[in-house]
Formats: sequence, structure tokens, C-alpha cells
Amino acid sequence: MEMIMNDMLLTNNTVIPLAKQKVRKRKRFIVCIKKPENKTVSSNSIKQSITIEKSQIDRQGRKSVFRNDAYLKVTGRAKYVDDLKTDQMAHCVPVYSDYVHARIDRINTRTCENAKGVIRVITAKDIPGASTYGQINMDYHMLADDKIRFNGDVVALVVAESRELAKSAAGLIKIEATELPAIFNPEEALAAEPIHDNMKSNLVNHYKIRKGNTESAFEYSDYVVEKTFNTTFVEHAYLETEGALCIPKPDGKMIVYGSMQHPFNTRKWVAAILGVKLSQVEIIGCSMGGGFGGKDDTAAIVCARTALAAKLIKRPVKMIYDREWSMRESYKRCPYKLQYKIGLSKVGHILAVQCKFIVDSGAYTSTVPWLTFRSIVHCCGPYKIANLKADIYSFATNNVFTGAFRGFGSPQINFAIEQMIDICAEKAGIDCIEFRRLNMLRQNSETITGQILRRHKVSIGEVLEKVVKTIGFKNKFKKCSFGKDQDEQYGIGLAMSYRGVSLGAEGSDFCSCIINGQFDGSIILETGIHENGQGAESAMILVLAECLGVNKARIRYAIPSTSHIPDGGPTVASRGTLVGSAAVTLAVKNLKRIMSKVLSDKLDCKPREVRFKNDHLFGKTDDIYISWDEAVKLMHQKHKYPFAFGHFKAPKIHWDEKTGMGDPYFTYNYNCQAVELTVNSKTGEIRLINIVAAHDIGKIVNHGMLEGQIYGGIAQGIGMTLTEEIIIKDGRIQNLNFNKYKVPKAVNIPEINPIIVENRDPDSPFGAKGIGESALEIIAPAIANAVYNATGKRYFSLPIKIQKTK
Amino acid sequence: MDTILINNKEEFIYKRHIDRSLLDYLRVDLNLTGTKNGCGIGACGACVVLVDFKPYRSCVTKLSKVIGKNILTIEGLENSDGTLHPIQQAFIDAGAVQCGFCTPGMILTTYAFLLKNNQPGIEQIKKAFNASICRCTGYKQIIDAVQIASVTIKKKNISVYN
Repeated sequence: MEMIMNDMLLTNNTVIPLAKQKVRKRKRFIVCIKKPENKTVSSNSIKQSITIEKSQIDRQGRKSVFRNDAYLKVTGRAKYVDDLKTDQMAHCVPVYSDYVHARIDRINTRTCENAKGVIRVITAKDIPGASTYGQINMDYHMLADDKIRFNGDVVALVVAESRELAKSAAGLIKIEATELPAIFNPEEALAAEPIHDNMKSNLVNHYKIRKGNTESAFEYSDYVVEKTFNTTFVEHAYLETEGALCIPKPDGKMIVYGSMQHPFNTRKWVAAILGVKLSQVEIIGCSMGGGFGGKDDTAAIVCARTALAAKLIKRPVKMIYDREWSMRESYKRCPYKLQYKIGLSKVGHILAVQCKFIVDSGAYTSTVPWLTFRSIVHCCGPYKIANLKADIYSFATNNVFTGAFRGFGSPQINFAIEQMIDICAEKAGIDCIEFRRLNMLRQNSETITGQILRRHKVSIGEVLEKVVKTIGFKNKFKKCSFGKDQDEQYGIGLAMSYRGVSLGAEGSDFCSCIINGQFDGSIILETGIHENGQGAESAMILVLAECLGVNKARIRYAIPSTSHIPDGGPTVASRGTLVGSAAVTLAVKNLKRIMSKVLSDKLDCKPREVRFKNDHLFGKTDDIYISWDEAVKLMHQKHKYPFAFGHFKAPKIHWDEKTGMGDPYFTYNYNCQAVELTVNSKTGEIRLINIVAAHDIGKIVNHGMLEGQIYGGIAQGIGMTLTEEIIIKDGRIQNLNFNKYKVPKAVNIPEINPIIVENRDPDSPFGAKGIGESALEIIAPAIANAVYNATGKRYFSLPIKIQKTK
Repeated sequence: MDTILINNKEEFIYKRHIDRSLLDYLRVDLNLTGTKNGCGIGACGACVVLVDFKPYRSCVTKLSKVIGKNILTIEGLENSDGTLHPIQQAFIDAGAVQCGFCTPGMILTTYAFLLKNNQPGIEQIKKAFNASICRCTGYKQIIDAVQIASVTIKKKNISVYN
């Protein structure tokens, strides 16, 4: 058998294949009628084709999966930025110093400049445009000029004929600096000298919520529970590091290929450092090896520095980060200290919550104010709380800077609040599921910010019940070890959340789409969202195919360029599917209007009566139709373009920074996950057995990819909970590569059972919400609760490290 | 002159290339960019290629160590008529591809693994990926792909002998 297997597998390498391997043909909808000659011909075959198409559209319960780039990726043909090459290309590398906080006295570049192959050494004084930039506070120094603020600050760039020569010359740069006292604990930051000269103090931001009267509510409480939790720095660990290839054009334009999840933001950074207008910079997409929120600022900065080098030497320049540079310099998940005080009535109602969070922003602001906004408006989880006093403070320190990471301020909050809920339930003597049912948000409930949840379906109860039933929580809970003295302790735990979808009041939320019908019936699609690896392009193709009633094989997603389509905002905040599908839906509406107006005569009906389905346009009845091919041809012949633009603007929302009140998001999704595990009391090893995850995501677009988001999000959450931690010693990161920084491997991931709940959102034109971040944000507290139910010990810090009892 | 067989094509090795890593040789000198560099220290598996049908982490393998050997990279996996290998097709069908950066290494690791195990269980498959990192998929659909591929390959064998 093994021999045959060998031959079978070797067919590609040997001359004599045993069996010809054919590409398994994907089921494809084929129009049965080639070209209806007469539009009034009735045909059974076209009706038949309609049923085939319907069964494809109806994906309920069926696991279809589609990726427009899968073929390229399984054959190695997909081009990531490091796979691109161009003539005359030079290579650039960053130069770091060993300092953590210091005033730069002198940068000696002479020896380096004279080294073999070196074309140019660049320092901050060479920057023609802005030397600092940022999305909120302009505090990021693209190259350190006066000071070094953290160990990942780049002091110079070395450009050379090859990457090897640039790397070996980089060590020749001498940095003389005067060390300054460094701050590593955000709680000491307020009293310390400001890290940034233009800041009054190290306080980056403070948000608060005041609701009801917590003082008297605590007085009336029968029980009061107070606990403190801590989370840590976590690395995104996208498998492809940051990189860019920048090509200066004779007309002054700078072309940038890069690995980034926010091309429009990157364009701002590049234009700023070069001191040119946005129109002079064009960011062109290429395949991207993961982002998870991490390829925003740092990725943009790498592109900006590379563009600077290209501009100065007037040649194409490529810069690809080593893993160690990426982990040293790129921002991390924010560490939080979370203090909670919860007051309960005897029967288990939550009467009051008081909480305070301290966040380490690191050396730069990045997106921390937006992130802490998300934290504070979600700080009580999906529960009804009448009396709340909440404060969140973030501080600048000399640690690596922190910012966006899948979950964006929610995973830290959920780790604390969902454990608090279990602690409170136990205190009140109520089962943890019953306690959740008692306090959770319902239809028309008011959130902690005073928002009434009336427009969309509040499905927190639905996802909770589905998980409880599927995993068999009640019976399994009884079997938990609760700290019993045994080698293998068993536990089950659960957590749930609601999550504001898209940017919310933190940013302006819009996205656009261009549909460009071609003469031969093919369609070019473009949207303002970005393919990070999650399958955004595939989702947009599916949405267009469904809304326009055409075969998806017609559609090609255009190579995205910031010069073609308006800024669609960042592809973050689980917003890609929501805002992208919305823009596509609205563009389709416009396209249908344009085409119906021109073609309704031909279809013997009024423009509004034209129907688009099964690759055809139909009149009042199915007997009158023209094919899509014919329709676009007619459009072109009549000099009317089958071309449409659509843009989606999220419904109006508001949040008052002073009171913390308002409607911070226009819709929410609902999530619940439960986990079974065992803890080996001798070794301290936690073995996950089974996870059930229910998510209300609005509407399924691409079933297989949706499940992929759930599996992948949970896997990252497991890493954050059990193994992942950036270890910083005196401001210097100790684990700069995957030999010491442990991301989960296949053996660490248990069986995962995803349950998809579809409640179409009325404010999302396509009905879809999003999944990316919800999948990750509650597995940590679910595991922590299960560990407690197994060992009888509560773990208040991430990652969870079991204290061995024997 | 020393030679090496890469995807069934004989390559002559220049002396100036001999100290390179196999990864750099493939990517920089031969422009075979399907093999990826994730960590540079052999800890992530993105750079896996097959050397005499065994998985090697090409970023920590010196070119001098594989002279005269038979190398298979992701570019060599398709049939000459352009159709996909059953493992590649299985990765597509199972939805095992997201960002795709680990995919070439995962597919070649699967190839070597299925040579040894034609009816693998889930735990065996998981262990086969002990030196491989995927940050996107949570591995579930990759494991599905390996199982689909093993079934396809077995089925085709049966048909050959019928």
C-alpha cells in the first residue's frame, strides 16, 4: 500500500503518472439557454436553471466555501510583498539602539556609509516631510530624532545593494545617547516626567461612565464582590512580517506595495513623511500574510520609511522585516489592570458596578483612545446594570507601544467581567447560567450607556441557550472536580458577550463599491475594504453574485489601489463584511436602476419591474428575459455604461465623552462559548477537550470562511489564555521569535463546534454583521471559569499558569 | 559542477551560492517564491520543502547539505497539465486557506506525512504539524484537508487497480 501511495504522490515528479489527477470540478451554475433568440420564448430549461441557482443561493445548513485566491495560494503563485522584485531594486534595513529611554547625542554613520554595498544611511534629519505622525496623537517618530522612547525605536535606515550587505553594515552605526529614567509601570507614569516633550503628563486618555447612583446601590446590596485582574502584552504573530516595496515614478508619484491592513492610512503616513499630497502616493494591494489588527501603524510606518529611502536614492527600495525586528518594534495587545466591585441583591440581581482600568499604552498613543472607548462601553458585559461608575485611564510608558489587536479592548474586559459573573453567581448561591439569564440584556433593554436595543434582535439568550444545550452544560457542571484531590481535574466553563459592530463612535464609518460591467459580460468589482487573508474579496464577490443574480465566475475582484476607489476606512473592527457587503448591496441597487431604465423596453415592462436573477434579466414574468451577456452588450451599444458606484454610511451614532452616555454602536452581535478541560494537578498542564461556540453574525456570506474565522479566533484566544506572553525585562523584549514566544500548534486546539445564529440586521443593507473579533474575545474567561470549576482556584492574570499542588 | 534536482529540473550550483540557506537559494536565486520565510530560525514551518521526500525547514538548511538531492517545492506539486495535486485540491475544498502564508509549508508537510500514513487519525495529523504554525485557521480545516486528501488518494489507487 505504501508503495502505491508513493507512486500516487509522486505523479508530479515522475514521468509516468499512475492516474491522471484532475481538478475536481466545482459545481457551477450553467445557464441552460445559450442565447434566447426571442424574448418571448417560454422554456422549461430556464425554469430548471432557476431551481439550480436557488439551491446554490440557499446555503442554509450547507457548508459551502469559496475563495477567489485559494488556487493561487495552494500553488505558491500568490505574490506577497517579499515575492515581488523589480529592476534596480535596493534593500533597506532598520537600525535599533540598545537604549530604552535616552536623549540622543550623536549618531555616527560614517563607517557604515563607507561599508561595502551601502548606498545611503538615512536618519531623521533626512526626512523631507513630517518626522512624526499618528492616527490620533501625532507622537510617533518615524525615525528617532531627539530621543529614544522605547527599545524598538528605529534610529537610522541603511540602504544597500543587497539585504545581506545592508544588515552587516547596520551594526557599524554608533549611537551616543544619555540615558533617562524609564517608566515601565503605568501606575507610576502619572508621577513621572512626561515621555513626550509636548505632553503635560503621561496620561494618554481617560474615559468614564456615570450612571445611576452607585454609592447608595452598594449600600442596598446584600453582597459586594471585589476583585482585581491583569492581562499582558500579546503579539499578533502574523506569519508574514511587515514589508514594503516602493517604486518612485518619473512623474513624482510613489508606488507602494506593502503588507498592511489599512492602505488608506498607510497612504497618509507615506505622504506625511515624504511631504507630498495624497494623490502623489499610490498604495497597491498584494497578498497579505495575516494582520489581526497588527498591520496598521507599524505596517504603515515600514511603508513610509521604505518610501523615504526610495525617494532619497531615486531607486526602488524593498524592506522586509526579520521576525525579531517585527516583534521588537510592532505594537502589542494592551495590558490592562482591571478592578471590579459588584453589588448584588440576595436573589442575584446585579445592583451596582464600580470599575477602574489602568492601561499601558507604551511609548506611543497609536489607537489606544479608540480601544479604551470600546473597553469602557462594553465594561459590564451583556448585562443590565442600573448603577455604574466606570473609569479607564491609559498611560504612556517606555514599554513597547500597544494598540489594535483582534478584539480591540474587549478581550481584556471580558476576561474580568465574565469571571466576575461566575464569582457573583457563586456568592449569591445561584447557578452561573441562571445568574446570567437573570441579569442579561433582553429586547428593548437599556445598555450601560443608555442605548435602547430595539432595532436589531437581541439574541444573547438565544446563543446562551444553544451553547448550554449543545454542550450539555448542566450535567457536565455537576461532574466538575471543584478542586477535589485527583490527578486529572475536570471542569467546564462558559462566557458570553455582546459586541458593538464596526468602528462605532470612535471613527467615521463608511465604505464604497464600484461595479464595472464589461462588454463581454464579465464584471470588475472593487470595494474600499482590504483582503487581510480573512477572505474579504471572496465575501464581496459572493454578495455581488447574490444581489445581482449573476454567476460568481463572471466577477473578478480588482487589484485594490488607493488611486481607484475612495477611502473606505480601515479593514478592522470586524467591519469588512458589514460595511463592504453594504456598499456592494447599494452599488447593485444603483446598477440595477441604471440597467432597468435602459432595458425595460426590451423586457416589455416598467423599469422597476425588471428582475435580475440566474444570469438573466426578466420582465414581468419569467417568460420574458434577456441574458446578462446580451444585456451588457445592449447597454454598451446604447452608450450607457453598466457601471455603478455605491456607498454605505453607517447610521448616525453618538457618545458623550463627559458622561459616557449615548448610542456608541448602531448594532451589536451576540456571542457565547463554553469549554471543557482537564487540569493535571501534578504537571499543571491544562488540556482542552471540547469547545462549543455560538455566534449571531447577522447573515452568512461564506459558510466555510465564517467557520474558519471562528476556529482561528478561538485558537488565538487560546494562545492568549494559556501560552502567549511578551516578556519584557527593563524595557527589552526577551522572546523575539517563535522558539520562545509560543503560539498554539495543532495539538493545542481541541474539537470546536461552531453554531451560527442568523438574525439579519435591519441597519445592514445585506443583513450581515461580522465575526472576526467576537470569536476571540470570550474564550479566555470561559477557560478561566472552567479552570476554577476544575481546580477550585481562580486565576486572575493572563496567561493562566496553574500552581502545582503536588 | 555540483547539481541539485529541484522539481525534477537539474540545477547547477555556483560556488558563490553554496553557503546560502536552501530558502534563500530557492527564493532569491531561482525565484521560486512559493516557499515562505516566517521566522528564519526553523520554528514556524512556513519554509518547509521536501528533500528526498522528507520535510526540511529550508531556512535553517544549508544549500551545501542538500547537493545531489531531490527537492520538491510547492511549485513542483501540480501535474504537468496544470491540474492540481489532490492535497492542493483538498486544501481548497476544506477551506483550509486563509492568508495562505503557511499553506505551501502545510501542503508539503502533508505530502510527506501521507507518504507514511495513508489512513491517519486526527491526533496523528495534529502531531504531524508539530513544527508548523498557522495563525489564521485554528488548524481545524487543515486537518480536514489532510483527511480529504488521504481519502482521495486512496480512492484513486483503488481505481488504478480495478
